[in-house]
Amino acid sequence: MNIMTEQSLENAVGDKMNAKSNEVIKMRGDKVGVFYGEKQALFDVNLDVRQNQVTALIGPSGCGKSTFLRCLNRMNDTIDSARVTGKITLDEDDIYDKNIDVVELRARVGMVFQKPNPFPKSIYENVAYGPRIHGLAKRKSDMDQIVESSLKKAAIWNEVKDRLQEPGTGLSGGQQQRLCIARAIAVSPEVILMDEPCSALDPIATARVEELIDELRQNYTIVIVTHSMQQAARVSQRTAMFHLGYLVEEGATDKMFTNPDDKRTQDYITGRFG
Amino acid sequence: MSSLLVLAIIIAIGVVAFVIGRQRAAAQDTGKVKPHSRAHYHGWWAFLLAVLPAVLLLAVWDIGSSFYLDRHIHAALPERTADSKVASEALDASLVKSLAKGLRRLDAGTPLPATFAELQPLLIAKGVALASDTQDYMIPIAVDANTVQDRLGLFGAVVTFALSIAGAFYALRQIAPRARARNNVERLMLWGLLAASTIAILTTVGIVLSMLFQTITFFESVSPMSFFFGTVWDPRFAAAGSGGSQGQFGLIPLLAGTLYIAAVALLVAVPVGLMSAVYMSEYASRSVRSVVKPALELLAGIPTIVYGIFAVVTLGPFLRDLSAALTGGSPFIQGQSIFTAGLVMGVMLIPVVSSLSDDIITAVPRAMRDGSLGLGATRSETIKRVILPAALPGIVGAILLTASRAIGETMIVVLAAGVAANLTANPFEAMTTITVKIVNQLTGDLEFNSPQTLVAFALGLTLFALTLVMNIVALYIVRKYREQYE
Repeated sequence: MNIMTEQSLENAVGDKMNAKSNEVIKMRGDKVGVFYGEKQALFDVNLDVRQNQVTALIGPSGCGKSTFLRCLNRMNDTIDSARVTGKITLDEDDIYDKNIDVVELRARVGMVFQKPNPFPKSIYENVAYGPRIHGLAKRKSDMDQIVESSLKKAAIWNEVKDRLQEPGTGLSGGQQQRLCIARAIAVSPEVILMDEPCSALDPIATARVEELIDELRQNYTIVIVTHSMQQAARVSQRTAMFHLGYLVEEGATDKMFTNPDDKRTQDYITGRFG
Repeated sequence: MSSLLVLAIIIAIGVVAFVIGRQRAAAQDTGKVKPHSRAHYHGWWAFLLAVLPAVLLLAVWDIGSSFYLDRHIHAALPERTADSKVASEALDASLVKSLAKGLRRLDAGTPLPATFAELQPLLIAKGVALASDTQDYMIPIAVDANTVQDRLGLFGAVVTFALSIAGAFYALRQIAPRARARNNVERLMLWGLLAASTIAILTTVGIVLSMLFQTITFFESVSPMSFFFGTVWDPRFAAAGSGGSQGQFGLIPLLAGTLYIAAVALLVAVPVGLMSAVYMSEYASRSVRSVVKPALELLAGIPTIVYGIFAVVTLGPFLRDLSAALTGGSPFIQGQSIFTAGLVMGVMLIPVVSSLSDDIITAVPRAMRDGSLGLGATRSETIKRVILPAALPGIVGAILLTASRAIGETMIVVLAAGVAANLTANPFEAMTTITVKIVNQLTGDLEFNSPQTLVAFALGLTLFALTLVMNIVALYIVRKYREQYE
């Protein structure tokens, strides 16, 4: 309990210290549109992602929030029929530019998926996977270091430190999801995208992951898609509301949940549709 | 009355029973009681009861009456003496049977001559050719056999019809609104399906048993030790009963040849097949895939003998000439060699490996790919480090299935590697396989009970055991792999 208080104290201090960087725009979407074949799934989205903040994307199913998220590290490239228009920048660089290496981009903008998807390898190898392919560790001891610190940051170290060689698929759902977060952290990304990371988890595991997201904010910029209003309110500083492929409204989470500008946002967060 | 006609009439009775049964059931449905089964189930039940027992009886009767006829003919034949004109009693009986069959072709009322010499031209005029050692005394026996057969057939037909009609009546009498015709039909369906699935198993058991007994006979004259551990294959095609040396039946050269050629084939097929599977499942666009995949599978449709012809006519001479050109004179690759056979067999197996592996790679969940790509791995890193390891057990299973095909392959080896049972480590020399030797031993003009022929069964059983073990291992691995992501 003491540790927890200390941790949250640290966070509070961190927040104050980072107050200035809160205003840095890490990623910017400018008139982003997405087509799946002939069908347009996303229309003219202008959305900024601020550094060291959690940006929540909310909206009813099929509203395009996941589609927008997947544009941010070009995961839509893996779908043959998908086509992206408009401009998305990361630190002012257009990520859809021909000179941008998509592999490098994804190392900077990591992703955690809806369903926990650990590789059928050991827990250690799951975390070491990213650093290995990017050559981040020269020696075994360096790799051990990375694995340990990533697992610690993902708040799962104490549960798995004695069973690092066991398969990652043998963990519980909540542990698997934190393992996937550790795997994403291990390559030291700047931005972490989370696509409904708690939808497959029970309330206790969800609480742990939410706690973790709040801690991760100090070092990373996070964009999270969620179906849970409470989750968006709990973990995010900024919230963007999507509806039918359009961005309805975007702003500080406090304002969005107390006094939204748009009636659709009002209706959605009070549960009138969605 | 022929069995086919009887069968047709039984089915006709069944159809009538179906129609009546359905009408009867429909007429009974007055709306007061909710009927248990729909009308057509009553119809089907009547059909099945009319047809199935009758057909079973017909089959049993036919088999039984042919046995009876056989005994009848044997009893009528004259006692065998030293100067009997026909070599054996079995031959005697079979001559009578073919004569009886021929007599049926004659027009009714034709007066039968007493001697075969006079009868033969009449039969020939009807297009019946008989062996010339048919004896005169056989004619009355044949005539008698025909009468007995007719009587048996007629009696059988009458009994069968009676059973069929009785079955139909029984079913029709049973029809009532609450009668459970649907359950009865379902139960019979279940038995039918069970019977269908048993056929494959029974056939396998039958094949094993038929080989097993011949193999045991073989091992009575050749010791298992010298068969399984002998290093010389030299069966000596000695004339029957000459009492000469038996020859040696060493399995080792054949087994070595089989495994060697299969290994070369897999060395070709596995890398190429696997890589083409990776290309098709991971890289190819849908339009490319829709062309390349069927084209590759077309390769699997080519008969193996055609591959063999290609090997012996084109590839073998080409490799021989190439090696001659390389050394400037004497070719180090023979026209027929392990290398040629393995190469061609490998090409034949590429589609097998690739289509099996393609299915397995595609079955790796998309989440695995996304997880890896999302960490900034390239496509080939994802394939190498995530997809192939995840699919590996399945791929091993596919390779083992392919290997058992390579081991069982015959035609390519006959043509491309030859029939010489050498024991050599040089892949450019000729060697041969178990399957080739089975064909070789069985197509010779040899007595069937000589070890030279019987060895084929011992070889077949060995091959069967070998591929069975490989298939079991493969299935075990594939099943284990399925549990991976659950």
